[in-house]
Amino acid sequence: MSETETASFPPFNGYVTVSKDASIGMITLRGALNSKGLGLAVGKSLPKERCILDAKDMQVAWMSPDELMVLCPKENVANLEADFQKSLGSQHALVSDVSDARAVFTLKGTNVREVVAKLAPVDMAPGHFGTGEMRRTRFGQIAAAFWMTADDEVKIICFRSVAQYMYQQLCVCAARGSELDLWT
Amino acid sequence: MLIFECPYCGIHADETELSPGGEAHLKRFGPGASDEDFEGYLFMRENPKGVHFERWRHSNGCGKWFHAARCTMTLEVFGTYKAQTFEPPQEIKDKITAKRPGWSWRTFS
Repeated sequence: MSETETASFPPFNGYVTVSKDASIGMITLRGALNSKGLGLAVGKSLPKERCILDAKDMQVAWMSPDELMVLCPKENVANLEADFQKSLGSQHALVSDVSDARAVFTLKGTNVREVVAKLAPVDMAPGHFGTGEMRRTRFGQIAAAFWMTADDEVKIICFRSVAQYMYQQLCVCAARGSELDLWT
Repeated sequence: MLIFECPYCGIHADETELSPGGEAHLKRFGPGASDEDFEGYLFMRENPKGVHFERWRHSNGCGKWFHAARCTMTLEVFGTYKAQTFEPPQEIKDKITAKRPGWSWRTFS
């Protein structure tokens, strides 16, 4: 679909800025999370349920009871993937580079919580959701995952095939004049 | 709106984050089964007014299938439990008994 491939995502300056982040690489790891191999692969500590953890040169997020997502700069993906394969050895597990299957968007501004709350059925009130947490949910009608890197920045992952939909709905919800000032 | 706690990721997910999966605890009858058993497996469903057991999937979340016990009349949720079981755990049954004494559903009570 040439339309999707040529879709452009210019940075949007609403009361919260929306931009596409093409620098993040993603590797999916599936297997028994308590196994030795996975522990070795991502370092000693695994993230707790629904958490995202800063490890050496990468971030590791808990996606489901048998799935982790590793986030790293795109140029490191190939090396990391090879490392994971090596430490997993013959253990039954999946390592897959999904960077090109996903799109990442960054929301920045003091009201980011509000923009997320407009689209996702998640309690975004300060104290109920914060940094260190990874949440898989839906944005509008599409599946997505997001986490807060700071109190004024949110990163959202969705499938690349629906990136245009995500971009448009984020822009609408971040448009000036649509402020709710819920938590400011 | 229904809100279920996903037993796999602990999120209190509302209906819009979930996909319904029909009746719970069906026993599959496949090739070699009698016509009667196969018909029962394929078509015969409970349609209770009151206690009901269903399968749901946390499709816009961790993606796991789980079971839910709820009341079809009041939409009260008695509890959710993991899919790797043939019948509701005793704890869920006790919770239902406390609120709906004398309940029964298929072979459970």
